[in-house]
Amino acid sequence: MSAGGQRGTSTAGTRLASLAFPAVVFVAAMTIWELVVRINGIPPYVLPGPLLVLKTLVSDWDILAQSLLTTLITTLEGFIAAALGGIALALLFNQSRWLEWALFPYAVVLQVTPVIAIAPLLLIYLPQQTAVVTCAWIVGFFPVLSNTALGLSSVDRNLAGLFQLYGASRWQTLRHLKLPAALPYILGGLRIAGGLSLIGAVVAEIAAGSAGAGSGLAYRIAESGYRLNIPRMFAALVLLSVAGIVIYGLLALVSHLVLRRWHESALGKDN
Amino acid sequence: MSSSPSSERAAGLAVRMRGVTKVYDSGVAALGPIDLAVRTGEFVSLLGPSGCGKSTALRLIAGLASPSSGSLDVAASTSTTHAGHRIGFVFQEPTLMPWTSVRDNVGLPLKLSHVPAVEARPRIDAALAQVGLADFADAFPRELSGGMKMRASLARALVTRPDILLMDEPFAALDEITRFRLNDDLLALWRSLNMTVLFVTHSVFESVYLSQRVLVMTARPGRLSAEIGIEAETRDDAFRASAAYAEYCRRVSDALAPAYTGVHAL
Repeated sequence: MSAGGQRGTSTAGTRLASLAFPAVVFVAAMTIWELVVRINGIPPYVLPGPLLVLKTLVSDWDILAQSLLTTLITTLEGFIAAALGGIALALLFNQSRWLEWALFPYAVVLQVTPVIAIAPLLLIYLPQQTAVVTCAWIVGFFPVLSNTALGLSSVDRNLAGLFQLYGASRWQTLRHLKLPAALPYILGGLRIAGGLSLIGAVVAEIAAGSAGAGSGLAYRIAESGYRLNIPRMFAALVLLSVAGIVIYGLLALVSHLVLRRWHESALGKDN
Repeated sequence: MSSSPSSERAAGLAVRMRGVTKVYDSGVAALGPIDLAVRTGEFVSLLGPSGCGKSTALRLIAGLASPSSGSLDVAASTSTTHAGHRIGFVFQEPTLMPWTSVRDNVGLPLKLSHVPAVEARPRIDAALAQVGLADFADAFPRELSGGMKMRASLARALVTRPDILLMDEPFAALDEITRFRLNDDLLALWRSLNMTVLFVTHSVFESVYLSQRVLVMTARPGRLSAEIGIEAETRDDAFRASAAYAEYCRRVSDALAPAYTGVHAL
């Protein structure tokens, strides 16, 4: 066998191992969890085993799926608002320093105030669904704003000089220089905002949940807690985690596809 | 910047600086006072130690910064279109946009001045052919070698068919063989395109090989300390190996040496 062939085999082997090893660890962890629950006879209302959680996930799927959908829609609305609002505000700040000085403190205030503390107020002032989306927006928009602002101001100085030399208008500089240069930063901000929007939505749903009419996944978790339906609580938690992972994965994929031809972050080690 | 087109054109001057100084906002005196004249169609090198203000001088001529005092006339800037169309600028780094193809990078000056795509395309292709990158139009900058990136940068400067080409240590980061090749290609382009070239470098050898006149600058704030005309029948390996070339290099080195005394002394 040639040297190249051997290397090819070992690469394929490494790839297989890199998939197999985490899977083995996962199965082992689940098995230990299940065994601990069974051997100690822990009742399900204290700690359900993974099999029971899975069973509950299947049996309660109709209720849980409906709730998941509600939460995901809230998250998506909050995320879109955060993305549009964050990018738009950063563009505005980039064009006018005065606006930035005047408005940036409020963005920081929104960011540093815990959303769980604002949610009850918002629920008083706004219709419930609007309040929940607003919470998702508040949490998500700051990373988009600050990342976009950073990206817009990280333009190569000589490239900026070149645009000046060729008499580029403000709009041309923005469209052909600043926005493309900021794209990796914007995508990084969006990746953070995706997960945060989900957190914002869940927090707001829990705050709203005590008021009654909620139907999102977080409401199911709170409700299951009151009823000591711990297996369903776990099932809802699993769904939330999976939703978070999928959102992050999707945004990472979009980022990779957009940047793969030019940005360092998306290039393989070989390049 | 004051401009008096007719008189400068009549005198055949592309660039004229009289008592020009540049003091940065920080209070650092970067340049001058400097008096400098470059004739239309001339190839002039500006040679000096790092930080002497040669790059600043180029940025002033390009209009990227304004002089603190003195008068600066650039014949090209009086053309009917924007100054940028008549001036090409090549930076020390290739300064390409990494997110788009070589073609789009080279076509940038045309796009910024709203040249229709139909008209721009053949001009971009011509510029790419001039620098030998015709086959790499669709490549992305990161796929090119250092020399090829510099060629793309040069093509971008040439695409507007500039009267004056300003080059700021363009080949300083390249290996010697690549630099020699680019030097020869640049000379060929200069001859065929009828441009004025103002070439900033800190290499004595490069300045002697390329230019008709070497202007030597002092340490910061840079002033002109010497002017050495280089006369050569041809510019090729034979010239590089000739006694005349060695003699020019020695003279230029001697003229440059005082700039390295003081803080630069070893």
